[in-house]
Order: sequence, then C-alpha cells, then structure tokens
Amino acid sequence: MCLGIPGEILSIEEAQDELRRRGRVRFGGIVKEASLACVPEARVGDYVIVHAGIAISRIDEAEAQAVFALLEEMEQRE
Amino acid sequence: MKYLDEYRDADAVRRLAAAIGRAATRPWTIMEICGGQTHAILRFGLDELLPPEITLIHGPGCPVCVTPVELIDKALAIAARPGVIFCSFGDMLRVPGSRGADGRAADLMAVRAAGGDVRVVYSPLDAVALARANPSREVVFFAIGFETTAPANALAAALAAREGLVNFSLLVSHVLVPPAISAILGSPDCRVQGLLAAGHVCAVMGAAACRPIAERHRVPVVVTGFEPVDLLDGVLRCIRQLEAGRAEVENAYARAVADEGNPHARRRMEEVFEVCDRSWRGLGRIPRSGLRLRSAYAAFDAERRFGVEAPGAGEPAECLSGLVLQGLRRPTDCPAFATRCTPECPLGAPMVSAEGACAAYFRYRPSHSRQDRGTTLKRGAAR
Ligand code: SF4
Repeated sequence: MCLGIPGEILSIEEAQDELRRRGRVRFGGIVKEASLACVPEARVGDYVIVHAGIAISRIDEAEAQAVFALLEEMEQRE
Repeated sequence: MKYLDEYRDADAVRRLAAAIGRAATRPWTIMEICGGQTHAILRFGLDELLPPEITLIHGPGCPVCVTPVELIDKALAIAARPGVIFCSFGDMLRVPGSRGADGRAADLMAVRAAGGDVRVVYSPLDAVALARANPSREVVFFAIGFETTAPANALAAALAAREGLVNFSLLVSHVLVPPAISAILGSPDCRVQGLLAAGHVCAVMGAAACRPIAERHRVPVVVTGFEPVDLLDGVLRCIRQLEAGRAEVENAYARAVADEGNPHARRRMEEVFEVCDRSWRGLGRIPRSGLRLRSAYAAFDAERRFGVEAPGAGEPAECLSGLVLQGLRRPTDCPAFATRCTPECPLGAPMVSAEGACAAYFRYRPSHSRQDRGTTLKRGAAR
C-alpha cells in the first residue's frame, strides 16, 4: 500500500496553480504521468519516489551510496 | 532499475546478514511496522538469513488490513447505488464486509458482479479525472491509507475543490502510524524491543517524527526502506543500538527520508484533513489515530453525501487478525490459516492484501517449509 517506486523525471509541466505541477516519470521501461505538486524543488533528471500517482520525495544521490560505503568500511576494519 | 537493483544485490545482502550475525550476542525481537516491508522480508526470505537470536515480528502497517468492517460495509452500500462510480485501490476489492444472514460476507467484487460500477484506480487523481469526464455520475474514491497516501488523497480533494467538481467525494478511512505503534508498545504483552519505522510514512512525516516514540517507549527506531539491503541495514542498526543499550532514532533510508520529511506534502495534507479518533480492524478504537476531512471540505465527504449507516458489524470470531496485527501471533498460529482462510476465500483482511502478514505467509511459506530461500533472493535480486 505504501509502495513507492523510484523513477526519473523526464519532463516537467509547470503550471500557474502549484497544485497542477506534473511531469513524466520513467520507471525502468515504463513512463507515467505523476503529480510533482509536493516536490517543487525537483528538476528534470532528478529521481523521485512516486506513490499513488504523486511524487512524495526526491532521492538524494549522495545518501543513496551511504549503505555501500558503510559495508566497505566495515569490511576493511575486519 | 536505478535505486532498486543495487539494493537487491545478493552479495551485499549476504555481507549485511553476516554483519548482523557478528553484532547479535543475545536474542532480540524487532518489529517492522509496514506491510510492504513484511512482504519483502518473506518474499526475499530475509528472516531466514538472520541468526536464530533475531526474531522479526510483523506490525499493523497494512491500511487495507486495518480498515474497519463498518467502513467496508459503507463502501459496499455506496458502490451498490445506481449512478455511482466507486473507485478504489485494487487491494480493497476482496476485503470482506460483515457477514450477512446467510453467513457470507460480501465484498466490492461481489457488488461489481451484481452490476455495481466498481473501478480500480492507481491514483486518487485518476478518480478526479473520472469525475471530470462523467459529470452526470457520482464518483466516489475510497480514501484509505497512512501518512504516505494522505497527501495524494488531499491533493485529489483540493483539485476537485478548485475545479468545483460537485460529483466527486471521498470515503475517508485514513489512519496514522504513531498512535497505533504507541498502543502496541504500551500493551503489557508487548515483546517488541526495537522498531523498523516505515520508510515512506517517514518520507512525508520526517525521521524526527519518530523521536517521541523512541523516547517515550525507550526503543531504538530505525527509519528503514523496502529493499533487502535496506531492510538488513535497518536490522543491523537496530541490533547495534540494542546491544549498546541505546534507544535513538536512526535513519537508514536517508536517500528518500529527510529529518524534517516533506513539508509540502504535509501542508497539502493539513489543508484538507484533521486528526480524529479511528477504529482499526482488529485493534479497536485508538484516540487521535486517524484523519477526516476538515469542515471546509465537508462537501466532499461521501459519508455525509450518501448518509450511509453501517449496521453493527461482525467479524468472524475465528480470525486472529487483531493479534496478528499487533505481532502477538504469527499467521501460521491461526487455526483457519490456509484451510478455511485463503486469498481466494479470505476470512480476514490480512489474507487479502499482498502486504497483509497472512497473505505473505500463504504465498511465500505455503508449507511453512524453508525451501528455496537462497533462490528466492537471487531471483528477486536479478529483477
Ligand atoms: S489466517 Fe485468515 S482468519 Fe487467520 S488471522 Fe489471518 S486473515 Fe484472520
């Protein structure tokens, strides 16, 4: 239910009304429309988590690597 | 897919499982809150990669599973009305309402078979589009979900209001995670020592929102994602805290969760919804544990618009869903599991939703056997 899929923003349709900010988002091979009303900072090329047709969060690339860096560090220590 | 495949890497999973084995010196019991996490744990066999000291128990985080029977009955009554297009997420179609005189429980699927116009939508915004396209019909959306889904449902209501759509309404059954977790942790039977917090709830509410729970109940809370690497990273951090006697909020899903969450999404949600008491299927009434439409949005409230009253609802006595949802029993402890209760013919909601614990055990542990566990992971990892 709270499933959220990471996808890449391909294009953005800006709107006068911020509620209507939308974009085309690519999930693997599938491209879907999604609301970008809740991620006003998101730009083309950014990855967002889309849930029930709206983007709820922008993915932070630097943080995405953290767990792998941690694993490396852990194993070097051992 | 980027941000998915690398978190299913079998090698990283093995290394994390080994690290957990080294970190755990005593038995620990950890609850993952979200049904999506439960599903992933069973699908990838992650519980079976953990050392025997570590027990994962499954929390109440499946909105489908906790939607009370009264609301299902109201949905059935509204969906059966002529002129109504009733829209819902797919999972809700098989959730049984209360039992009729013949001892059988109806569901939305049955309403559809009897001629009701019940449609599965992927987003509440699709329901708004249907209302726009069908001005002579009443379009009702079954707005269930946790904090993750509330911004989407709020956005639908706000857009409908902007457009002056008079034929759109929401049947709201929104629930909030922290009050339910507090209720579970406050119960004298509770065995939970650490929590994996639901990543996407936190994406909206913020990691910081978990702090009161960690402090009040003195449990470590690790904000955790949904992929195998995320889940084991969450377990590892939780165990390290437990072993060190710490009870802090840690964020193992920082790529998607900021400390302050998503303030834009929260603003949408707060404009449209306000906190209220809610009943949870199997858990009973919990104060301030849900959301309802604010009075400014009362025109979009399907319960008011259709004036439906649900009769006193009955749940099958043998369904243990309340205990399963609190992590006090495993699905396989239920005498009806896989016999009188199956996904084809469910007695309780946790057997319906893919994220319900009973359905997850039915699908991935059919004979409670431990077969195939390595393969499951690799198969998943290759996807
Ligand atoms: S197996 Fe079926 S009857 Fe038993 S607790 Fe789960 S949903 Fe209820």
